Amino acid sequence: MLNAHSILSVSKYALATAVVLGSASMTHAAGTLNIESWRSDDANIWSDVIIPAFNKSHPDTKVNFTPTPPTQYNSALQAKLQAGTAGDLITCRPFDTSLTLYSNGYLDKLNDLKGLSEFSSVAKSAWVTDDGKNQFCLPMASVIHGFIYNKEIFKELNLSVPKTQGEFFKVLDTIKSESRYTPLVMGTADQWESATMGFQNIGPNYWKGEAGRKALLEGKAKLTDKPYVDTWKELAKWKPYLGRGFEAQKYSDSQNLFTLGRGAIYPAGSWDIQTFNNQADFEFGAFPPLVAKSGDTCYISDHTDIGIGINASSKNKAAARELLNWMASQEFAELFANAVPGFFPLSNHKISIKDPVAQEFISWRDDCESTIRNSYQILSRGTPNLENQLWNVSAQVINGTMTPKAAAEETQKGLEQWYAPQQ
Amino acid sequence: MIQPKHQDEKKPFPWHLIVFLTPALLIYGTFSVYPLLDTLFLSLFGTQQGQSTFVGLQNFITLVTDDNWSQAFWNALINNFKFFAIHMLIQNPIGLLLAVLLSSPKLRLSGTYRTLIFMPTMLSVVIIGFVWQLLLSPIWGISENFLYSIGLGHYFDAWLGKEGSALITLSFISVWQFVGIPMMLIYATLLNIPDDIVDAGVVDGANPLQTFWYIKLPLILPTIAMVSILTFVANFNAFELIYAVKGALAGPNFSTDLMGTFFYRTFFGFQLQQGSASMGAAVATLMFLIILVGVMLFLFFIQRRIQRFQF
Repeated sequence: MLNAHSILSVSKYALATAVVLGSASMTHAAGTLNIESWRSDDANIWSDVIIPAFNKSHPDTKVNFTPTPPTQYNSALQAKLQAGTAGDLITCRPFDTSLTLYSNGYLDKLNDLKGLSEFSSVAKSAWVTDDGKNQFCLPMASVIHGFIYNKEIFKELNLSVPKTQGEFFKVLDTIKSESRYTPLVMGTADQWESATMGFQNIGPNYWKGEAGRKALLEGKAKLTDKPYVDTWKELAKWKPYLGRGFEAQKYSDSQNLFTLGRGAIYPAGSWDIQTFNNQADFEFGAFPPLVAKSGDTCYISDHTDIGIGINASSKNKAAARELLNWMASQEFAELFANAVPGFFPLSNHKISIKDPVAQEFISWRDDCESTIRNSYQILSRGTPNLENQLWNVSAQVINGTMTPKAAAEETQKGLEQWYAPQQ
Repeated sequence: MIQPKHQDEKKPFPWHLIVFLTPALLIYGTFSVYPLLDTLFLSLFGTQQGQSTFVGLQNFITLVTDDNWSQAFWNALINNFKFFAIHMLIQNPIGLLLAVLLSSPKLRLSGTYRTLIFMPTMLSVVIIGFVWQLLLSPIWGISENFLYSIGLGHYFDAWLGKEGSALITLSFISVWQFVGIPMMLIYATLLNIPDDIVDAGVVDGANPLQTFWYIKLPLILPTIAMVSILTFVANFNAFELIYAVKGALAGPNFSTDLMGTFFYRTFFGFQLQQGSASMGAAVATLMFLIILVGVMLFLFFIQRRIQRFQF
């Protein structure tokens, strides 16, 4: 009896507390914005740099940055949106993932947002409907692919930065024969590096950037054409230069191998700069994907990677719009580019980046033609999914379990099954 | 003649049964039966541009006949049978052996062994996956040096990364983790065998091996049968270990893809692949049916023939 009574009173107390807490959070919600994101690495930057800067001009708005791990982000976000518990601002993956969110009514139309005028149409292309009419996310950042190299190892072995593909493989040969360093630090266990840091990194030089990407979209080029087969052929040549047991080497293993100074060249995405800045105690530099012979036009993958939009069921849209407009400003671009070296703002403002390696990456925009990953727009809509196929075949090509020709045939066959212009 | 009076009297309605059953039924119905039925129902719909329409069995037909889906489906199913076979052939015999050893009265520190062997079962799969990846890593792992020190160094390979060995390696990791469960269940049954039966056998001149084969094994068969069915259900629902170690794309070349990871990719989508709730529900329904058929075959052909002994 006594027991039952005490349990009852405890639960009463708990209920009362819950009610009090619930109502307290309700009253605060008016000025609070929650941001959904997959960039858990940036949590500190948001809380220490970006949000305080925003609060200087907007002291009444409380911003919370609530990231989910990248691999779970899409599914977690989908579940939260369906349940109505997602944050006010949604960090947008490029292209179809966000387009689906928009067409299912989870994202607001942003056409009349003032800040959008600061962006080029290429920058906005990743978050616009197919007819180009409705914009649903504000472009935030792009990532650039290239190679990061260990300057100390290059000095030790008297190597100079390669300018052409021939020089690149000569450098790799020298590292392999004259030192115990791993020439090329990449693994195929996670598969995506093979496609993203391999295929999409070196490929634009073969298929001439945007021209090749558009031709594929219009059905004027096939994945079995020479540029694509050649891209896989070059990837296949990487195998002897990768570390022992690279088939089981994961992305984090590669990062650690490079930052521990055990490898010389790392096929990179510019986002790696941050990790390397924190972990590597040697100087490192970067060079762009290499052209066949010097003087050729170079193409880089300058991929629109992050956008940000407003949850259609947010209760706080006015404040959310203010934050987005602020994110289109010069102030944000400078803050963001310098706080997160390796993510490059897409707005038209001229900014200077203090990080030398990030500055090196962004400088390629002046000399080379930019393009985005060719599987992202429209081409990964059907079944089989082109991006998944590219992961699978690129990893297999590097592992040596599939020929470049077979890789090209399999992906082209997949595309032909559902994509009308390719049929 | 005396008419028995109470036959005419109506029995009072057994309200207490309803009162006691309702809470459990409500919870079971809401969180188990309803989602299950809803999944079965959902698998009969197709989604086009956010509109769902009734398509009958079309999803299932696509799944087993359309090249894009059927290849992945059969591959996952076959891998799943391999995964199950390795558990049945390795996990359960080892579990049995360990249980017999543990129940031996001569063994000292049996409590310690029991705890140690059971420990991995209680660890999170994510930790297991992480630890084994480190152990087997060709870069940082200790398994290569260990193999060299016993003279088998040249057999070392990047097992988790090779198409031929990845699934087997993952199965072994899973066996290592869950071997404690058959061990504990069989051990508990072995302890229940009365000493007089064994003693009678010994008096009749049975040696230890004969005692095991002719006395103990028949008595623990029902438990072994139960362990098998648990293994079957758990293996066909397996997902976490593959996801933790190889990711949802279950590489290399889908060689570690199980029904669970196949379902995950279909239902939730992956990277640029959009998830499809109805197609995912169809995969889930097939998983449910496979498990259902497996369990029913087992009940009809094996469970009914097993004799139970009462002491």
